[in-house]
Amino acid sequence: MKDGIYTIAENSLIAAGVYKLRLVGDVSEIRKPGQFINIRLPGFYLRRPLSVCDVDHGAGCVTVVYKVVGKGTQALSQLGTGETLQVLSGLGNGYDVSVAGDKPLLIGGGAGVPPLYFLAKTLKDMGKDVAVVLGFNTKDEVFLEKEFRALGCRVTVTTVDGSYGVKGFVTDALPAAYSCFYTCGPEPMLKAVWKTAQTGGQFSLEERMGCGFGACMGCSCRTKTGYKRICKEGPVFNKEEILWED
Amino acid sequence: MGGLSVDLCGIRLDNPVIPASGTFGYGYEFAAYYDINVLGTFSFKGTTREPRFGNPTPRIAECTAGMINAVGLQNPGVDQVIREELPRLKQCFHKKVMANVSGFSLEDYAYTCEKLDREEQVGWLEVNISCPNVHGGGMSFGTSPDTAAAVVRAVKSVTKKPVIMKLSPNVTDIVAIAVACEKAGADGISLINTLLGMRIDIRTGKPVIANKMGGFSGPAVFPVALRMVYQVANAVSVPVIGMGGVASAEDVIEMMLAGATAVEVGTANLVDPAACLHIIRDLPAVMEKLHMDRLSDIIGGAARNG
Ligand SMILES: Cc1cc2nc3c(=O)[nH]c(=O)nc-3n(C[C@H](O)[C@H](O)[C@H](O)COP(=O)(O)OP(=O)(O)OC[C@H]3O[C@@H](n4cnc5c(N)ncnc54)[C@H](O)[C@@H]3O)c2cc1C
Ligand SMILES: Cc1cc2nc3c(=O)[nH]c(=O)nc-3n(C[C@H](O)[C@H](O)[C@H](O)COP(=O)(O)O)c2cc1C
Ligand code: FES
Repeated sequence: MKDGIYTIAENSLIAAGVYKLRLVGDVSEIRKPGQFINIRLPGFYLRRPLSVCDVDHGAGCVTVVYKVVGKGTQALSQLGTGETLQVLSGLGNGYDVSVAGDKPLLIGGGAGVPPLYFLAKTLKDMGKDVAVVLGFNTKDEVFLEKEFRALGCRVTVTTVDGSYGVKGFVTDALPAAYSCFYTCGPEPMLKAVWKTAQTGGQFSLEERMGCGFGACMGCSCRTKTGYKRICKEGPVFNKEEILWED
Repeated sequence: MGGLSVDLCGIRLDNPVIPASGTFGYGYEFAAYYDINVLGTFSFKGTTREPRFGNPTPRIAECTAGMINAVGLQNPGVDQVIREELPRLKQCFHKKVMANVSGFSLEDYAYTCEKLDREEQVGWLEVNISCPNVHGGGMSFGTSPDTAAAVVRAVKSVTKKPVIMKLSPNVTDIVAIAVACEKAGADGISLINTLLGMRIDIRTGKPVIANKMGGFSGPAVFPVALRMVYQVANAVSVPVIGMGGVASAEDVIEMMLAGATAVEVGTANLVDPAACLHIIRDLPAVMEKLHMDRLSDIIGGAARNG
């Protein structure tokens, strides 16, 4: 974990309500896909957690992709190149790529898509045959599709209204065979994947956070292996560990 | 550095800065980040007789200059704290630690305190009679002078360590409760715990926190906390630990002028993991600017100065 000042190199609209934020600073603590950073925003008391979408250790920059959903992300979208932000980096456990097998499947929904890009890149570097299924509400909201294709992944996009790609949900478009899955997205999607998936896999979960580094117990969840902090022992959990509460 | 030291119930602290219970875990998340031996001490997560998961999530809501939490005293229970957390803490912290204890009956308090009393590293027992999160729990003890005093007596009968009673601000007369605790034998008073608060998500129309209400803390509560510390410090003769919204060296000095012998820092640790480190580092320069040689001289200064 590291707290540092980062300079905005890019903060641009890439889809309806979705921004790509590239930050230059110390990225040495960012080690695994699925980890997140926690950004302090001027005028807001708590930090905002965002998943690492890409990291370039050579150039010292980290990219996150965020959706404007409230006042904090709205304020973030107004910041321009050259402005600085205080960022806590290297948070969370991240995905375990050692369980991928040769044909991993990545399933992302909406604001849950970004961490899967860093994961796909890591898996491609390992020589895996990566399939990606991305779900969005509508065509205007689709993002990162080209970037996943450029990595050499097999990409399927679904939209709920059928305005682009396969009409329906990600679970309507899962490939027939895969060795393991990795997923991130809204809870209803995660639950559907949990029920549908044929293999073992890993889920990235979300919760409102006080600190993001294990100090406040704000983000706890029950799992089959005990109480876990989503920010510290998570956000990534194995399929077998998860207990859905509702 | 000598100018920073204070005496808390017979134990010398290198400086008066103490991370507050519930915002510092059992220490080692922070020990991985900085050398926590620079702290005066710290108060560990509120510990109960049995393990507790706490409340459902969401447990956290953001506020202007603060936050609300409804963690609900999640902790592994006193036995595991003694078996696992304290031995682990010993590896990275070489000072006395403050054991924060909560309970749901007088027997609970006595049971947990008696066990912690046997732990060498525990310097003080900080007894939380104010947690607003647990239905019918801690809240009721801290809201009347009689029940607060009953907890003091229950705890004092099982420990030789200094007992610091941590008070709830959600009461009509905090001075009456502090005085009752002192009369019953408390060795110190700490305050304030969180203020009962609430947020509603106007998009869904529902409370943000699953438990509906929770404890409000952070810089926004500082003036309320300072006022209560001032009132209590002027009514009791035992040491008072001030807390509530403290985020800077200046805030520490203000709390001490109000009458605090030591100062706890809570929520600030969550948004800046190095908050206490920064405060301790900044104190000497701020003291110099204010022509203060020794922090122990300024305790309660505001009442003396008029
Ligand atoms: C580990 C993790 C990784 C995340 N990664 C991404 C990402 O890559 N891209 C992205 O668009 N979003 C991501 N999110 C969700 C993102 O943090 C929230 O959308 C954002 O905090 C909302 O802030 P706001 O001020 O706009 O919303 P508001 O609703 O005004 O925020 C109020 C408070 O609630 C919290 N909050 C609101 N929604 C969420 C949420 N869904 N999860 C957690 N806290 C929330 C905020 O942090 C803030 O403290 C992630 C969340 C977590 C926990
Ligand atoms: C997330 C969180 C958890 C807390 N847990 C406890 C606890 O277990 N026991 C306790 O006595 N106080 C607890 N508190 C209260 C703090 O110790 C402190 O009294 C209060 O937050 C006011 O100080 P602050 O504004 O500096 O945070 C908690 C506070 C927060 C924010
Ligand atoms: S957000 Fe504080 S422990 Fe996870």
